[in-house]
This record gives sequence, C-alpha cells and structure tokens, in this order.
Amino acid sequence: MTTETEHVDSVKTYAVVWIALLILTALTTGVAYIDLGPFSVVVALTIAVCKMLLVALFFMHVRHSTKLTKLVVLGGLLWLAILLSLTMADFATRSWIGA
Amino acid sequence: MTTAVAEERETYLNAGHGVKSWLLTKDHKRIGLLYLFTITFFFFIGGVFATLIRLELLSPHGNLVSSETYNKLFTMHGVVMVFFFLIPSIPATLGNFFLPLMIGARDLAFPRINLLSWYLLVIGGLFAIFAMVAGGVDTGWTFYTPYSTSYSNTWVIATALGIFVAGFSSILTGLNFIVTVHRMRCPGMTWFRMPLFVWAHYATALIQVLGTPVLAVTLVLVLCERMFHIGIFDPALGGDPVLFQHLFWFYSHPAVYIMILPAMGVISELVSTFSRKAIFGYGFVAFSSVAIAVLGFLVWGHHLFVSGQSLFAGMVFSFLSYFVAIPSAIKVFNWTATLYKGSISYATPMLYAFGFIGLFTIGGLTGLFVACLGIDVHVTDTYFVVAHFHYIMVGGAIMGYLGGLHYWWPKITGRMYPEGWAKLSALVIFLGFNLTFFPQFMLGYLGMPRRYHVYPDEFQVLHVLSTAGASVLAVGYLMPLIYFMWSLKYGAIAGRNPWKATGLEWQTDSPPPVHNFDEIPIVTREAYDYSGTVGQEVQVG
Amino acid sequence: MVSEPHVESLALREQFNSAEQQKDASSLGMWVFLITEVMFFGGAFAAYTVYRSIYPGVFGAASRTLNTTIGALNTAVLLCSSFTMVLAVRAGQLGRRKQIMAFLVLTLILGMVFLGVKGYEWNEKYVEHHIPGPSFQMEGPGLQDHAQLFFSLYFAMTGLHAMHMLVGAGLLSWLLYQTWRGKFSAAYYTPIDMVGLYWHFVDIIWIFLFPLLYLIDRHGH
Repeated sequence: MTTETEHVDSVKTYAVVWIALLILTALTTGVAYIDLGPFSVVVALTIAVCKMLLVALFFMHVRHSTKLTKLVVLGGLLWLAILLSLTMADFATRSWIGA
Repeated sequence: MTTAVAEERETYLNAGHGVKSWLLTKDHKRIGLLYLFTITFFFFIGGVFATLIRLELLSPHGNLVSSETYNKLFTMHGVVMVFFFLIPSIPATLGNFFLPLMIGARDLAFPRINLLSWYLLVIGGLFAIFAMVAGGVDTGWTFYTPYSTSYSNTWVIATALGIFVAGFSSILTGLNFIVTVHRMRCPGMTWFRMPLFVWAHYATALIQVLGTPVLAVTLVLVLCERMFHIGIFDPALGGDPVLFQHLFWFYSHPAVYIMILPAMGVISELVSTFSRKAIFGYGFVAFSSVAIAVLGFLVWGHHLFVSGQSLFAGMVFSFLSYFVAIPSAIKVFNWTATLYKGSISYATPMLYAFGFIGLFTIGGLTGLFVACLGIDVHVTDTYFVVAHFHYIMVGGAIMGYLGGLHYWWPKITGRMYPEGWAKLSALVIFLGFNLTFFPQFMLGYLGMPRRYHVYPDEFQVLHVLSTAGASVLAVGYLMPLIYFMWSLKYGAIAGRNPWKATGLEWQTDSPPPVHNFDEIPIVTREAYDYSGTVGQEVQVG
Repeated sequence: MVSEPHVESLALREQFNSAEQQKDASSLGMWVFLITEVMFFGGAFAAYTVYRSIYPGVFGAASRTLNTTIGALNTAVLLCSSFTMVLAVRAGQLGRRKQIMAFLVLTLILGMVFLGVKGYEWNEKYVEHHIPGPSFQMEGPGLQDHAQLFFSLYFAMTGLHAMHMLVGAGLLSWLLYQTWRGKFSAAYYTPIDMVGLYWHFVDIIWIFLFPLLYLIDRHGH
C-alpha cells in the first residue's frame, strides 16, 4: 500500500483552507477598488495564484502526491507559460522595429 | 515445431469472431488493426486528391479542373493526409499494437479509452467525408483567418468539427501512452532498458497531450467566429488574424513531430535489428526524442515570418528553430554509427530505414534553410516549402511507417510478406518519391508558388517530372497493399522471431495471445543486447 | 508479485497486476487530462492577454460594466462547492456511503446555483445589448467595435467554463447513482476522487477568470 493514496486529511484542515479561500476572494474584490496602477493586475493574479495553490495542494491532494504528479502539474504550467510568453513576444514587440 | 502449434492455439485474432468482437474489443492489438484499416482508407482518399493535383499540374494552363476545384483538392489532400492519416499513422497502429508488448504489459492502461479514441477518429473522419461529399472545403489545411471565418463559402464548419473530434482521439491516445509507460512496465523494464520505439512514442505522447488542446480551442474560436461573427480573428472588429496563426502553429508545428518522432522510433529498432548491434549512444537517442518534443514547442513562429509578426519575434523564433537540428542530427549520426562494423542485412525493413535516413536528412537540412529568416522570405509559400515538408512527412514519416509495417507484419499476422516483391516496392517508392519531390525544390527556388494551378510555361518540365514521379510512387504504394493481403493466406509461417531480434514483442507467439504473454516477462538485460546467442534464447521464451 | 491474468473487478481491471497500480494509473491519467484542459483554456487566455494588451482602455471600460458583487458571490459559491466536493472524497476514503451522497448532493446544488447566477448575468448582458453581434451597443470612443472583442472573449471563456460545469454536474449525478447502488467503498472510490479533481480544476479556471474579467480594471482612470 502506498502512503499517498491512504492519507485522510481532517475536516478541520479542509475547513481552514475553505475559509482562507473565501477571505482571499473578499480581499481581491476589495483591493480591486483601490487604484494601484499597473500593480492591480499583479496583486489580483498573485492572489489568484495563492488560491490556486490552496485548491491544488489541499483539495486536490497535490501535497500528498507523488513527485510525478507534481512534475505533471509544473509541466502543464510551464507549457502554458510558453504559449503566453512566446505569443506575447510577437504582440509586445510589434512597434519595436519598422512595421 | 511452432508451426504445428500455431494452427490451434488461441491468438488475439481468433479469440473472438464476428463484427461485434472487433467493434467492441478492448484489446490494444485489435484496436491497432482497426486503426490500420481506417488510416489505410484515408491514405487512399488523400492519395486520390494528390493524384488529381499532380494530373492538373501536368499542364500550365489549368485545364483539368477549375480554380475553385483546385483549391478544394489541395485543401482536402492536406486535411485528410495530416489529420486522418499521418497524425494517427504510426502511434495509433504500430504504437498501439507494440507499445504494451515491448514493455511487457497485458494491455494499455485504459483499454476502453483506447477504443473510444478509435471511435472519435472515425466520427471525425465521417464529418470530414461529409464535408468532402457535400461540396468540399477550400481554405487550405491551415484554415487561415479571416478567409476561413468570413469569406469561404465552403464546408469549413463540418471539416473543422471533424478535426476537432479527431483531435480528441489523438489526445486520448497520447494520454494512454504516457500512463502506460509510467505505470505498466513489467518487472526489470527500467526506463533505460526500454526500446527506443517506446521512448519515441512517449515523447510523441507529450506533444499530443500538450499541443492538441490548443488546436481544439482555436477551432472552437474559428467556429464561433464563422457562425456568430464575434470578431476574435476579424480585423473589422479589432481582431488580429495573426493570433490565429500563433495558436494554430503552436499545435501544428509540434504536430510535425507527432508524425516524425514515431518514425524515428521505428528506425532505431530497424537499424539495430538489421545491424545486429546495440544502438550507438542509446541514452542520447532516447533523450533526443524528448528534446525534439520540447524544442518543437518553441519554434512555431517560423511559420509566421512574412505574416506581420514582429521582426523581433521572427528573430527569436528563427534562432530557436536551429536548435531542433541538434537532437535530429544526434539521431542521424547515431544510426550511422550503429551501422559501423555492424553485421548488416538488407531485408526490406532495413531498405526503408536507409531510405528514411537519407530523405530525412534532406528534409531536415532544407528545414534549416526555411528556418532562416532571410532565405524564408524568398521561399515562403513556394514549392520549396512543399518539397521540404513532404521530405519530412512522406520521405520520413511514411518510410518509417512502411518500414515498421514490414518489420512487424510477421508478428501482427504470423505470416511473412514476400521479400522479393517487398524489396522491389521499397525501391520503387524511393525512386518515385525523389522523382516527385526533388523537382519541387527546384520549382520553389525558381519561384513557383504553392496552391496555384496556372503557372508560367518554363516550369512545366519540372512539373511533368514531378507528376511522373507521383505515378511511380502510386505504383509503389499499391504494391504492399496487394502483397500484404496475399501474404495473409499464402505467406510463409513466421514463427516467433523471424529477425532474431531482441525486443520483448519477439518473445511471445506470432500472432500474440490475447493477453500478450503467457507469463509476464522479467527483464534482466539492456535493450538491443546482441552480444549473446539471441537466436536460441528466444526459442525457449 | 507477478500475477497471472485474473478475474476482473472494478478495483482491479484485467490489464493491471494490483489495485494499487490501477489507482496510480487512474490518478496519473486524470492529471494528464487536466493538463490538456489547462492548454485548452490556455488558448483562450492567450487571446485575452493579446487583446487586452492591444486595447487596454476599451477592455477596462467593458470590464467595468460587469457586476463585481455578483461575480464575487458566485466565486464564493463555487469555492463552497469545492469544499463540499473534497468532503465527499473524504467520505469516500472512509467508505461512508450516506456522507458521500449528502456531500455530492450539496456540491451539485452549489454548482447549479453558480450556473443559475451565471445565466442571470448573461441575461443582463442581453438586456444591456452587450452581446456581440448586430445588436451590440456601447457608447464611447472605440467601444462600439472593440468592446465587442472583450465581450466575445467574456462569452467564450465563461461559456466554455459553464460547459465544463455542466459536464461536472453530469458526472456528479452519475456518481450519486453509483453511490446509491453501493459501488463505492474505502477500497474503491477512485471515480469520486477523479471527479473531485475535475471539479476542483474547473474551480481553478474560475479563480483566474474572475479577476481577469471582473476585477483588474475596476479602479477608475
């Protein structure tokens, strides 16, 4: 038997994560009304990443998972980053040289 | 001794009878054969379109079909060949059949999903066939916007839906392979004892899983745009058609490696078996597959050099594209090094392997030409590009596919194909291929644009040569179809291991039993270990 | 260790050697599937990123027409459904059939509430003529044309998300039926686990859609 699959978290752990998610939702909504200039995007996405980590690590049990599962998750995010960054490498530099 | 037993024992072929036992099978070997029939069917449909294209190009005045019809011909040739033949070709047939056998597993991890993926390909194919019969589609296989979304009056929606559905077939195959390689290897089958065919399919599966969903969502956006005119790729509403090209090539460039990587896996098996030597630099060849899969995702912008992409992005993509040459060259050099001092036999599969290495090298090197910003401006959308990717897709992928099919035919059917005819067809295909596509390099360099059927008279000689080559090629492709069917009844009984090869697939009966192995094997040696007396050992198995 | 072909059961299909191997394979398969979903939504996120960078002002103005309060409350509803889902998985781990049923029903209800609210929001867009197409109306410089892009992406992304929610609701209903039939126990609850992963994933997509569509341009200019 693997240790991974048999791990049962307590209801309390899940409840704490759940409350934290609700607080972060309130926080991100509230912060949106404060003018942070370009940083409002950064703050909103940072909070979203935190929420994603909470859901993935606790609700999706990534913290008890094998290294392979963690690698799959990281790989997926890396590929998303490739798609976004190389696409933006075009659109963000259209005005640099000539047309 | 084995021949007498072969008539009576239960194999995957005689374990169940009737249409239902095939259409509801969960056996990866039977599903592999279902795929084989399906893609052979699509190969000949695509071939008919190719024939009509080449006939039209015999004369420079476009007097066989109208321009509208010609647009549909090259579009449907591309759609059928890329999405319904090449993408599923090796992985879904040979991969499906042999990946579990080669790692000592009873089946893929998810047999039901495997069957589902075949049905998805068939359903997608029916959409595409419907589109062809209803009137065809004329956007080019690339579906560039805004033509595909706003202007084309042909069956774009049905075709795109077909490709969308077939895409999920490819995704599920890849998913199944990844999980199978990670979780289903038999005792002793470590990662670095796996045959390179399995490594190549693992790398292919990564691309299928990471790339295809982006094509799927892009097609969804194209469909929305075409049906509701929501503006995402429409300049009139501020949309940018180049975004479509980014998303499309994010999948479709790596898709070329979905076609070529499995062929490279086949070639590794062939070169080793018929040189009676372990592959030179096993680890390098294994990792070069993964490297090609990864690098393949960083270079898609080289399809956009003249489409309005920023010059900076063009330079970045051009630079990154050269890196693909490194793992590709590693493979070619290591196959060549494997031949050195090998005990080479010239059986048909090996002829295909030689053909692959030569043609892939030409295709790969011309790939460097078109990856170069300056040269690409000159040859973009010319026959130079057409010739380049046909050297990869036909000279590479199909040579690998046919080589693999000949190599494993005895295992699949239990019968040998006729060696003389097979050698002849390999030769005919090689000659026909070069006669078809080498003139196209010259045509392209001289300025003949792709997708035109009316052209200046001075190009006619080269076009006639190309069409002549295509006729030879067609004969070469028809020959295996005939003698493979002939061999089912009249071929010599193959026995377990006609090539005296090392892989696990050769240690079980031909054709294999339902659960592949009477007893799950235990691996104690590296792949391609030809140092011992292999020939005797396999008889014991 | 190496077993002969064995009698097939739900927890041990014939191609596997042990229930543990099967469970590992299912889990890996599900995660790989979720990665394909990341890339699927990734294409839409890429389109959003590109057009927001080209038309920041227009996207801001269009974004500010969305109702943040409703969006935030709906986000909370979805997070609650993830909480009940994880409790259903936990009940599966412990083999408590009645708890599984209860939490699955709660998850399903919360999911339906989310979709209902989403439907109300879409209807608001219809009333305000913010659905892209001939009837689209938005006052302001450049808004009549380019704001349609924002709403096209809004509908495409929330629409794809809602379709995933519907699939999830279908899966939950199927799980309920299977639980009711007594298919699951502490020894075999893999389907609950897998649907749980899917449900949480759909939640994560919304966790990003909410700030990107509703929040980041909220403050005035």
